[in-house]
Amino acid sequence: MELLSNLALGFATALSPMNLFLGFVGCLVGTLIGVLPGVGPIATIAMLMPLTLKVDPTGALIMLAGIYYGAQYGGSTTAILVNMPGEVTAVVTAIDGHEMAKRGSAGRALGIAALGSFFAGSVATLIIAAIGAPLTRLALLFGPAEYFGLMVFGLGLAIVLARGSVLKALIMVVLGLLLSTVGTDLETGQERLTLGIPELSDGVDFAVLAMGVFGIAEILRNLENPESRNVAIAQIGRLLPSREDLRRCFGPIVRATGIGSVLGILPGNGAVLGPFASYALEKKLAKDPSRFGRGAIEGVAGPESANNAGAQTSFIPLLTLGIPPNAVMALMVGAMTIHGLIPGPQVMTKHPALFWGMIASMWIGNLLLLVINLPLIGLWVRLLKVPYRLMFTTILLFCAIGIYSINNNPYDVYFTAFFGLAGYLFIKLGLEPAPMLLGFVLGRLMEEKLRQALALSEGSLMTFVERPVAAALLAIAAAVMLVAVLPAVSRSRQKAFQE
Amino acid sequence: MRRTIAVLVLSAFSSIAAAQAYPSRPVTIIVPFAAGGPTDIIARISGEYFSKTLGQQFVVENVAGAGGTTGITRGAQAKPDGYTIMMGHMGTHGAAPALYANLKYDPTKDFTPIGLVAGTPILIVARKDFPAANLKDFVARVKDPAAKVKQAHAGVGSVSFTTCTLLTSQLGAKSIVAAYRGTGPALNDLVGGQVDYMCDQIVNLVEQVRGGAIKAYAIATPERSPALPDVPTTKEAGLPDYQVSAWNALFAPKGIPQDVATKLNATLVAALDDANTRKRLLELGSVIPDKAGRSPQALQKLVESEVARWNPILKAYAQQ
Repeated sequence: MELLSNLALGFATALSPMNLFLGFVGCLVGTLIGVLPGVGPIATIAMLMPLTLKVDPTGALIMLAGIYYGAQYGGSTTAILVNMPGEVTAVVTAIDGHEMAKRGSAGRALGIAALGSFFAGSVATLIIAAIGAPLTRLALLFGPAEYFGLMVFGLGLAIVLARGSVLKALIMVVLGLLLSTVGTDLETGQERLTLGIPELSDGVDFAVLAMGVFGIAEILRNLENPESRNVAIAQIGRLLPSREDLRRCFGPIVRATGIGSVLGILPGNGAVLGPFASYALEKKLAKDPSRFGRGAIEGVAGPESANNAGAQTSFIPLLTLGIPPNAVMALMVGAMTIHGLIPGPQVMTKHPALFWGMIASMWIGNLLLLVINLPLIGLWVRLLKVPYRLMFTTILLFCAIGIYSINNNPYDVYFTAFFGLAGYLFIKLGLEPAPMLLGFVLGRLMEEKLRQALALSEGSLMTFVERPVAAALLAIAAAVMLVAVLPAVSRSRQKAFQE
Repeated sequence: MRRTIAVLVLSAFSSIAAAQAYPSRPVTIIVPFAAGGPTDIIARISGEYFSKTLGQQFVVENVAGAGGTTGITRGAQAKPDGYTIMMGHMGTHGAAPALYANLKYDPTKDFTPIGLVAGTPILIVARKDFPAANLKDFVARVKDPAAKVKQAHAGVGSVSFTTCTLLTSQLGAKSIVAAYRGTGPALNDLVGGQVDYMCDQIVNLVEQVRGGAIKAYAIATPERSPALPDVPTTKEAGLPDYQVSAWNALFAPKGIPQDVATKLNATLVAALDDANTRKRLLELGSVIPDKAGRSPQALQKLVESEVARWNPILKAYAQQ
């Protein structure tokens, strides 16, 4: 009952004409900026934060949240249309989403992404409203050792992600792990593998790497034989998903919502694993796994839903403890602080209208996003018809602007160009970039958590066995890897015998 | 000869004109940290006052990296015309020379100091069930090797790292230390009880202390903070030598026109007397410098004393 009255308060706050307007503007501007290649949610929020300074705190937060969802959705749009994922979570979307776009189904991909996100966002909002506070206590049980277990489990997913050879996927995972070690050592402050370049002292930026190996490499490949691409794109199919698509995607969306919601609550950016986990699960469950990577609509629906569910539930640690679980939420803390409202465990009791208003605005934001984006799909798809000689130059230009704006650092643009060449080489060698990016993201977290766990246990590896949750996660990870690798091993053995 | 005089006269005029007109276009404030952090927030609050009174936008540009030294390096090398200034802090202009061997600037020589903006007090906090009732008990436990007390910090070079290193070096104690990437994850594990204590800026911890998720033993300032009136100062609680603040100050590249520097300092002094700016800085738990502390000379002295203070402590830590 209390929940209902709280939600009523929240909706009364969020639906005030001013707040509704701010939410709408946030979603719209967020989408438009987020669609720039290379500009993910963090860069978008940082760029647009000054817009919110003149507004009252509740309105400002509603607008910022709108910008966040908008930017995230805009990022997926770029991933699907031009294969340029601006952030970790859009990497998986790019795999099958861009394949669909190449086959003339960009509209269906964008549509299912919007619908899946809406469903996941609605469920996640309910979860936050109903059991956000108790879930926080659960998340606090997750120490460095448990987190390390989860990351190892995540690495197992990289192998499942691979389209072709397990060995090649492993090579790419290891390459990603190595790239993640570039930069300043967290404990000693020593620079590692920076080749004396000061701009590398904070490591490689994710967007720089992803833009390069996905987007720029894709452009290079298209320029190699432009005809084939133009023919495929010219046939634009339906703009929205069919009934058959929806039926096919219902299961994946529901499962992904669960996965994404749970991982989003965990501290330390557990949400990044959501889309990868969802993709891996759907590929395992599919009757014909070979469709994945060749434009399977479930490969877009699942990860996008998991992504949005996680984006939503990652507000829980912020709203209940005032602790930001990732860089986007850290920015939200900053925005709240500028408004004289330092987030902490008492936000809920001290500022109920803000707290519940924000939760209600999450759902409204998701709805607005759907309203804004379904009509925009036609426009985005038509953009693909622009002659490629005009399009790729424009993409490169916007990509350079986007990459520069992340850290205001010109070196990031050079690095992106370098990784573009590397990505082209990967295409030629038949190596896939997605497992590398997963290794890159997990590598940094894994190293950090491993070293924290060992520092706290004074170097005893037993900490991973004595702590039940950590031990269980590591056991599951081992099982996943065995299951993934064994068929490949037995297959190559059979081959060897046949020869 | 006549031409030389003409040029001299013209250039003298144009420099006067430039100063009167300053600022005639937007000014960039380089913040060497990510948007949303304590330094960024202080820069945005004070920048708003500058924009309002000087009639040009003071735009915050976040150039994060290498503990803030990337942004400050860029600021030091910017054209000294007053259109690029920067928000330095205790790390970039105090601890950095000891931490970064190939630092490309000298905090004491390569800048025109504008003035101190705010001090951010440092709190010593522990998990809520840490078995020590007050700072004395806490110190005793930290000093006891058998207690195996665990400290968290937000990465080498961060404020939470330098200030806690100062604490343990003053105590002659050695804790088990876990490094995190930023205050957020470190605080998360402190609230979750995975680690025992940390030191950090009040603005990052104040609400968790108020909400009872963690407990504060002391604040390292001469006077108590209105934001947390129940928390004793280190002097009251028996550790008078532990005085440290994460100060933020405005700097310009070396060699900006003297009148531009004077105008910037005058605006800063006025900003710190402005009721709205004061209120917003105080809400963060910041300490606003008194009149004497706002002069460029006071800032220059502060930078020199901080560089001298951090050098031996951090070098000793690195050699451990």
